[in-house]
Amino acid sequence: MQTHLSTQAESTTDIPAEMLRSMYVAMLRIRETEERLADMVAAGEIRCPVHLYIGEEAVAVGVCQALETDDYIFGNHRSHGHYLAKGGDLRAMVAEVLGKETGCSRGRGGSMHIAAPEVGLPGTSAMVGAGLPLAVGAAIACAMQGTAKVAVVFFGDGATEEGGFYESLNLAAFRKAPVIFVCENNLYSSHVHIRDRRPADNLDALAAVHGMPAPRIDGNDILAVYHTTSEAVARARQGHGPTFIECRTYRWRGHVGPNYDIDKGLRSPEELAEWQARCPIQSFETRLLHQGVLTHADVTHLRQCVTDEVAAAIAFARQSPYPDPNTLHDYVFAP
Amino acid sequence: MLRELSYGLAINEATRQMMEADPSVFLLGQGVNSPWYVGNTTTGLKDRFGPERVFDTPISENAVTGAAIGAALAGMRPVVIHPRMDFALLAVEQIVNQAANWRYMFGGHIGVPVVMRAIINRGGEQAAQHSQAFQALYAHIPGLKVVMPATAYDAKGLLIAAIRDEDPVIYIDDRWLYAYSDDVPEELYEVPIGKAALRRSGSDVTVVATSYMTQEALKAAADLAGAGIEIEVIDVRTLKPLDDALIFQSVAKTGRLVVADAAWLTCGFAAEVAARVVCEVFASLKAPILRVALPDTPAPMSASLEKVYYPAAKDIITAVQKLLNR
Repeated sequence: MQTHLSTQAESTTDIPAEMLRSMYVAMLRIRETEERLADMVAAGEIRCPVHLYIGEEAVAVGVCQALETDDYIFGNHRSHGHYLAKGGDLRAMVAEVLGKETGCSRGRGGSMHIAAPEVGLPGTSAMVGAGLPLAVGAAIACAMQGTAKVAVVFFGDGATEEGGFYESLNLAAFRKAPVIFVCENNLYSSHVHIRDRRPADNLDALAAVHGMPAPRIDGNDILAVYHTTSEAVARARQGHGPTFIECRTYRWRGHVGPNYDIDKGLRSPEELAEWQARCPIQSFETRLLHQGVLTHADVTHLRQCVTDEVAAAIAFARQSPYPDPNTLHDYVFAP
Repeated sequence: MLRELSYGLAINEATRQMMEADPSVFLLGQGVNSPWYVGNTTTGLKDRFGPERVFDTPISENAVTGAAIGAALAGMRPVVIHPRMDFALLAVEQIVNQAANWRYMFGGHIGVPVVMRAIINRGGEQAAQHSQAFQALYAHIPGLKVVMPATAYDAKGLLIAAIRDEDPVIYIDDRWLYAYSDDVPEELYEVPIGKAALRRSGSDVTVVATSYMTQEALKAAADLAGAGIEIEVIDVRTLKPLDDALIFQSVAKTGRLVVADAAWLTCGFAAEVAARVVCEVFASLKAPILRVALPDTPAPMSASLEKVYYPAAKDIITAVQKLLNR
């Protein structure tokens, strides 16, 4: 299988500087949040399963930058990045991971079940592949309601091994649903490399047979992600149906928790180092510095702002109360 | 305005009137436009509303059900039809993990107003995979409401209530009931979810029944009355949330209970009713509780086996007589 990366070396000049800065900050915010959460998991302060997004930030931010607030996104068990990129409240997310009443799901969901319906995230499901049909349905709803809204679903390469993947792509293609399937191919399904699960690393081809565009792009290149998604969104809004985007990327940490899974022999330090050298934030920062969009002073300032913002969110979460045990049975049904 | 209408057409009318009243209501599922998959319950709807809103889907139970849930999250009120409950098992992941948990898992911020119509379609030598009744499975799951109408009036009123409900409702209709007719109002009305119905008063034995077994219980009641035995028949209507107050009240009066549910015995709905009665009104009981249910055996094919497999009025009569030592 030949790897055909459409690297789309578009210049940044067609994007306003303010937007580029905001994309940079959005990636920094995800990175800093995840690093601090990793520390808190390692320290035992966080107990719920936490699946970190470090290394994949360009996908969430590049995709969400191409969306409007009222477009829908659906996530998965590893969705802190999606939530934040779509504009979900940082404090409410950190509080949720700590199981607090002020959490976005009032401490009923945890890291895997975060929602921000006010910005188009109805919730994230931890069942692999389950978000695909939900997004197709939301997209069908958008079309039936006569809006130009679209739905996006983020899922990993592992989700393509679920039957619902095929059912969803067929349903969306057949119905010309305005949905965008964003496959974050980070090469691993839990601890198993794609080469140990499939005869070929050809996920784009799986999608293409359903009669939809299926570009395979460098998921660590935020502008490639942004431009490709923008095309897919335009196509969907015009009623031309779904697109599948395979974003080649890599998660730096292990499947769950703060470790790197190298000590367990699940992957090599060389592989990790290779991908860390392709850090989506570092490369974007270099590009923005080179083009004069940012100065070194800006970088220092913005990084400090994000550090402070995340610290404040953690302080808020720590100070927040836990759910009252008397409310155990609330929210099973509508009041 | 009342007039006689069949159970199947009552479902059809409820669907049509809700689709007329609310543009967010739509119908999808395998066979919704088929002349035989869903009886007469959707006849004419595609002509009235078009294929966008009456969507005969690919054979993808999981994705179609998931799409209905996703559409509900995006402001629609979908009715997703599974023409046989057996096939809905392919969608249980979406129903249980997603729809049922969603409101709770996200702290009450967003719910899933979806109706899953699951049809029990059995008999006629259809064998084990085209005959099953899984109400207990769904009633077990927090976050799901489960209704089983036994009359045409309830078929319409419960479907309307289910579509208007803010939470996922499993609406189970039985093909054996489609030809039953009773008085049904022409206008929209709701039969409230969570309310059982007293179908016949009696003082000797309480018979609590679901769905088709309610009709069988009423036949049994007529027979038994001839022998001077008066049974009280309670139609559960909603399995979850269960209106157990009415059941307790009746058992407090009669002291004897038969539970009739045409699904498997072990861990079945009848067991739940029996457990609640024992826990709450044990002192009222004058005799053991008897269950009329399916044996713990897959559905057979040959008619000679079907005849002894499916419970009917005679089994309720036998149970009642046993409780009264007759």
